[in-house]
Amino acid sequence: MNSYPDWWKLVFGRFTLEAIPYHEPILVATFAGVVIGGLAVIALITRLKAWGYLWNEWFTSVDHKKIGIMYMVLGVVMLLRGFADALMMRGQQAIAFGANEGYLPPHHYDQIFTAHGVIMIFFVAMPLVTGLMNYVVPLQIGARDVAFPFLNNFSFWMTVGGVVLVMASLFVGEFAKVGWLAYPPLSGAAYSPGVGMDYYLWALQIAGVGTTLSGINLIATIVKMRAPGMDMMKMPVFTWTALCTNVLIVASFPILAGTLALLTLDRYVGTNFFTNDLGGNPMMYVNLIWIWGHPEVYILILPCFGIYSEIASTFAGKKLFGYTSMVYATVVITILSYLVWLHHFFTMGSGASVNSFFGITTMIISIPTGAKIFNWLFTMYRGRIRFELPMMWLIAFMLTFVIGGMTGVMLAVPPADFILHNSLFLIAHFHNVIIGGVVFGAFAGITYWFPKAFGFKLDEFWGKLSFWFWVIGFYVAFMPLYVLGLMGVTRRLNHFEDPSLQIWFMIAAFGAVLIAFGILCFLIQIAVSILHRDRLRDVTGDPWDGRTLEWSTSSPPPAYNFAFTPVVHDHDAWADMKKRGYRRPLGGFRPIHMPRNTGAGLIISALATICGFALVWYVWWLAALSFAAVIVTAIAHTFNYDRDFHIPAETVLREENARTEQLARA
Amino acid sequence: MTTATAQQADTPVFHVTDDEHEHSGGSTMLGFWMYLMSDCLVFAVLFATYGVLGRSYAAGPSGADLFDLKLVAVNTAMLLFSSITYGFAMLAMEKGRQAAVQGWLVVTGLFGLAFIGIELYEFHHMILEGATPMRSAFLSSFFTLVGTHGLHVSFGLIWLTVLMVQVSQRGLIEANRRRLMCLSMFWHFLDVIWIGVFTFVYLMGVLK
Repeated sequence: MNSYPDWWKLVFGRFTLEAIPYHEPILVATFAGVVIGGLAVIALITRLKAWGYLWNEWFTSVDHKKIGIMYMVLGVVMLLRGFADALMMRGQQAIAFGANEGYLPPHHYDQIFTAHGVIMIFFVAMPLVTGLMNYVVPLQIGARDVAFPFLNNFSFWMTVGGVVLVMASLFVGEFAKVGWLAYPPLSGAAYSPGVGMDYYLWALQIAGVGTTLSGINLIATIVKMRAPGMDMMKMPVFTWTALCTNVLIVASFPILAGTLALLTLDRYVGTNFFTNDLGGNPMMYVNLIWIWGHPEVYILILPCFGIYSEIASTFAGKKLFGYTSMVYATVVITILSYLVWLHHFFTMGSGASVNSFFGITTMIISIPTGAKIFNWLFTMYRGRIRFELPMMWLIAFMLTFVIGGMTGVMLAVPPADFILHNSLFLIAHFHNVIIGGVVFGAFAGITYWFPKAFGFKLDEFWGKLSFWFWVIGFYVAFMPLYVLGLMGVTRRLNHFEDPSLQIWFMIAAFGAVLIAFGILCFLIQIAVSILHRDRLRDVTGDPWDGRTLEWSTSSPPPAYNFAFTPVVHDHDAWADMKKRGYRRPLGGFRPIHMPRNTGAGLIISALATICGFALVWYVWWLAALSFAAVIVTAIAHTFNYDRDFHIPAETVLREENARTEQLARA
Repeated sequence: MTTATAQQADTPVFHVTDDEHEHSGGSTMLGFWMYLMSDCLVFAVLFATYGVLGRSYAAGPSGADLFDLKLVAVNTAMLLFSSITYGFAMLAMEKGRQAAVQGWLVVTGLFGLAFIGIELYEFHHMILEGATPMRSAFLSSFFTLVGTHGLHVSFGLIWLTVLMVQVSQRGLIEANRRRLMCLSMFWHFLDVIWIGVFTFVYLMGVLK
């Protein structure tokens, strides 16, 4: 660094050629793979002359359905990255015993577990649940789009901006080596001087803006844009859980933004919020980050509870048991999720009374959650259950989640937590609830709503194969971690001395390989389904005999979702319409008022990402320039008053006639 | 009554047949209100941090040593007056008097500028005395809380200028009235935050 001249530092900040990790064979190979893959995709798009199509129909689209699909694609792509990290960790821990140091030195291993956690939570689980909510909620409430369609597009691209920064850290510089929540003082300037922590901070800050705005957007959509007749207690349960989730997002992501901003000031300006000296208090950070972090896990799981509820009632062929109690359970979980944050650090030493309070509130959460489990069971009881793939995911979830819930209650007991804190038992617990709850839920949701989004079902054989690999793989991979945790093995270690532990790590690694096959089968399932789309075609728009409004329109739905806004009279509006002999209107269409596409969201996000990258590398001129460009572009966008248009009645008639013909052929 | 007729009588209307109501902008107020509440949470983080670290002087200066209440009182008056004049702008908007709206917005902007100027003077003065944000956790949290509020006011001033241009270009059309309303909520929100800052930071800070 010192050998670089002053002009270099002025132009490139602290970037040096050594920051390119060409001496790490794993990264060089990955980089080569990404470049070759990326070039292949670019070449293919160019060859198909698809750039214009992608730009006009997808990237600048404000259609909630397309944005939802883009979120899902982003989540699945990042799942591959996050899972590659997981496989590398399992491989390292399976072999690094005694004299064998494994293949990952500590500084690399530390980056991998940090990246794995950050990516899986922020860039896999969040896009998957946000994508499903984006796609399904407006359809379920009979709306034509979300309340703020432009913001929706902007939110998506801000999430992509965070992804770009995390991925860039792989090839330019390094990523954080501090664990996914980056506790100071380790994450402060003194102990993490490199660019890794700064990548972490700016990636999360940029993606967090998108998440917060999308939360505001969906709340306004659900509160303001429901179809006539759909009062709050007639909303589908998925919409209810989406509402609660977005309330949690709006009420917690600003706390993350504030907390990370304070840590950023500590690192960039030299303030003393979380330092060890001059009055700083690192535990303040830990408190603040978990006041965001605990609601965050409910942000992930609540929409999945909603997915399971829809699936339970659809595939049992009856309405959901205990709708009202389901709604109240969701609301109670929403509130309680703010009263438990301290259980993440009982060992802070806040004393018996404080620890007991948080231990008890934590245990109380299992009551509404348990009520939900019984509601799903009673929904199935005496139902005509169809064991389609979504139903299988539901049952796997119920079994797995109950185990995860029980180990959670164990961890909620402060004296037990003092033993289990920071151990692999904890790792097993949260993977148990996140894989068993969120990942299974996302797969259930994808299987369930895929035919709505694309007009054909997913192939069942490959889906079942993926299901069994995932479920069995999960148990094989994580049950050994419970055992190891009870034996006292702590997390985040890249080498062990005691050879008697090795067998458990080898079993866990085998489980991870099974999960890898599960992911592979899922990808094959998508490919096979696209190839066989004619065989799997659904022309009715209602392949599962669904009960909520999204199944009342065609698959995929037209840009305007509903030719006429539906009127709701009962729970499960579509089931009610089918029962009472609803006839689709065939004429009398009117022009439909819709928002216009815009590229402003993508441009502003791209500039924000450049600004983040410049800040990571201390390239101050570029940071100032791109920040100014963000402001100017945003202001310029407000001078555009021409934001909507009308779909002519003839277009609506043409699309609806096509659907009539399609239905007649079915 | 036969079942058939019962069913016919039972089939209600399942879609809206009259013209749909204009929904564009209907959610903006709610959405903006939620944005303000999310911003409020950012301030909550800063207040909580100040609450925890506000007495961690690290053998450096305390609030009682640094704060000049008279200056802060003048500053507070600037911000409160700017809220009143913004209120006058909104009253003029209700009456459709564009020139009056622009005039009151100018006055509001000047009060806002005065507020920022006095705050910068105060910061400058403290930093010259060696009370920098790096000196102690108390000063870190003080500068961040007060400075974040100041940044919001500065952002509001930019927004105010942009809106004045837009009002002069297109007049008090529906979209511009909605935007003025949002800025109004933002501006009053910053007043409320300032009352908290004034009370918890300055007034309680000079207590021994």
